[in-house]
Amino acid sequence: MSVLTRKERPPGADVPDGPPAGAARRMRPWTPYAFLAPYLALFAVFMVLPIGFGFWTSLHEWDVNLPRKPFVGVENYTDLFDPGSVDGSRFWTAMRATGIFTVASVPLLIVLPLLTALLMNGRFRGRNVYRAVYFTPYVLGVAVVGFVWRFLLDGNIGLVNHYLGLDVQWTTDVPPAWVALVGVTVWWTLGLNSVIFLAGLQDIPRELHEAAMVDGASARHRFRAVTLPGLRPVMVFVVNSTILASANMFGQSYLITGGAPADQTKTAIYLIAETGLRQFDMGTASAMSFVLAAFLMAASALVFGAFRERDRT
Amino acid sequence: MTRDIRRLRRALLHLVLAVIAALYLSPLVYMVSTSFKTREDAGATTPRWIPGPATLDAYREILNSADSPIVSWFVNSLAAATAHAALVLVTATPAAYALARLRFHGRNTIFAAIVATLFVPPVVLLIPNFLIVNELAWVDSLPAVIVPAAAGAFGVFFLRQFFLTLPGELEEAAELDGCNRWQIFTAVALPLARPALVTLFLLSFLTNWNDFLWPIYVLLSPESLTLPAGLGNFQGANNIRYDLLMAGAVIAGLPVIALYLVAQRWVIEGISRSGLKG
Repeated sequence: MSVLTRKERPPGADVPDGPPAGAARRMRPWTPYAFLAPYLALFAVFMVLPIGFGFWTSLHEWDVNLPRKPFVGVENYTDLFDPGSVDGSRFWTAMRATGIFTVASVPLLIVLPLLTALLMNGRFRGRNVYRAVYFTPYVLGVAVVGFVWRFLLDGNIGLVNHYLGLDVQWTTDVPPAWVALVGVTVWWTLGLNSVIFLAGLQDIPRELHEAAMVDGASARHRFRAVTLPGLRPVMVFVVNSTILASANMFGQSYLITGGAPADQTKTAIYLIAETGLRQFDMGTASAMSFVLAAFLMAASALVFGAFRERDRT
Repeated sequence: MTRDIRRLRRALLHLVLAVIAALYLSPLVYMVSTSFKTREDAGATTPRWIPGPATLDAYREILNSADSPIVSWFVNSLAAATAHAALVLVTATPAAYALARLRFHGRNTIFAAIVATLFVPPVVLLIPNFLIVNELAWVDSLPAVIVPAAAGAFGVFFLRQFFLTLPGELEEAAELDGCNRWQIFTAVALPLARPALVTLFLLSFLTNWNDFLWPIYVLLSPESLTLPAGLGNFQGANNIRYDLLMAGAVIAGLPVIALYLVAQRWVIEGISRSGLKG
């Protein structure tokens, strides 16, 4: 009976849902649903319902404090796409900030963790200590990280200016603020991607490297012919999740720059949260979140497409 | 000769890794150091790695501050993270077990629906979940930071993956002994799943403890905040008191660092594995 479950089946695959065999035979028909019920209750209320409800909200002039929430159709959306409107110009400034941060941080968050993982990939004593050290900042929440770096980046008494011999206002000037936000994020999350890469590297069979070495392949050759292809599934995951994480950046900006100067580092999530949850303009905020979500889904599709393209060649 | 070269390369590797590690941890060392400084030392323009006179003043001040009840924040965070992690386990475990080991009508449909939500960017849930939590009268109370996040698909996926790898023979034996499904689940599957359950508990706890965006908007009154949310507000008011800010950061960071050091293997394995199979 283990045959039924041992092998993973892709969702939607053509597996008959019908009468179970083997051990499951004596199961009462409602038993599986009883196992699922507690989770599905949460799933329905806080996952399925809000998706529809959010869209509904985006079609209304919705303020949680007002009794009337008039239907306005796609007006919240057309407003966003009119750069002359207040909401539109704010929104695209924030989308631009999100874009700048994502484009600047993602390459660093792929390359540096990969290099770190490669350094740690050999078998040597203390490897697990290094791995644990590089992962430590990630365990801390953004609140702690934001505090520490706000201090280190302080224009007057911060360590960063002191040791670099600079006089830069990291938290209130662009582009220094972008350097600061990206740098802090790399420091904070490098360990996450590097442990994922490291686990992926260790799943590549040793024999492949040995065979390539016997064939006289240089280290660079082996990296391109063995390591990178072996890492591809991990790479798709890391690239995709890093883009999504960067595009959802909030805490660093909230805590370190506060969106300064002039909202230039205020990211889309930051603007959506403020618009919906501080100003209670929830219709506009919902419309913003669906437009941002569309961008995020397009980015994911592009990543998967790019890696599939390379599969063929 | 070649052995010497190899030894040299190894020493060099250690040197590189150790230097990076030292640079890497120095911000945290400086954070701890500053938390033991006097107000004047913390604001000095030349950095000192070892506090001149070490003092607990910053901790004393922040722990006694009337408008930032950091002790309540700590208790709230502990309660919320524990309750959240427990809720994830209680709901995700049986669901993952059913999806992995039982066959029933609608299994593929339910699983596909759960998979589909992985592609939904969480930002679309922000506003409607606030409205739902508001409807439930949970705004400004701990259930708001405990319950909604438990609807995420991660726990179910993580555990389902684990249950798929269990051999079927033990379950069959238990069934021949006359166990029903619930008994098989609790007596056979759960004990075997203990490492996976511990990992999921830790990951859920850490995520909830560190959560920032949601609590700062859904918790309002000073005494109901979690630690990161409280500190987030606190910063605005105490911009230049770095001794206080660093003491607050240590108080918020120390518990998770301690937990991480104790359970490092589970945390790292759990995260790297879920990355590979995500």
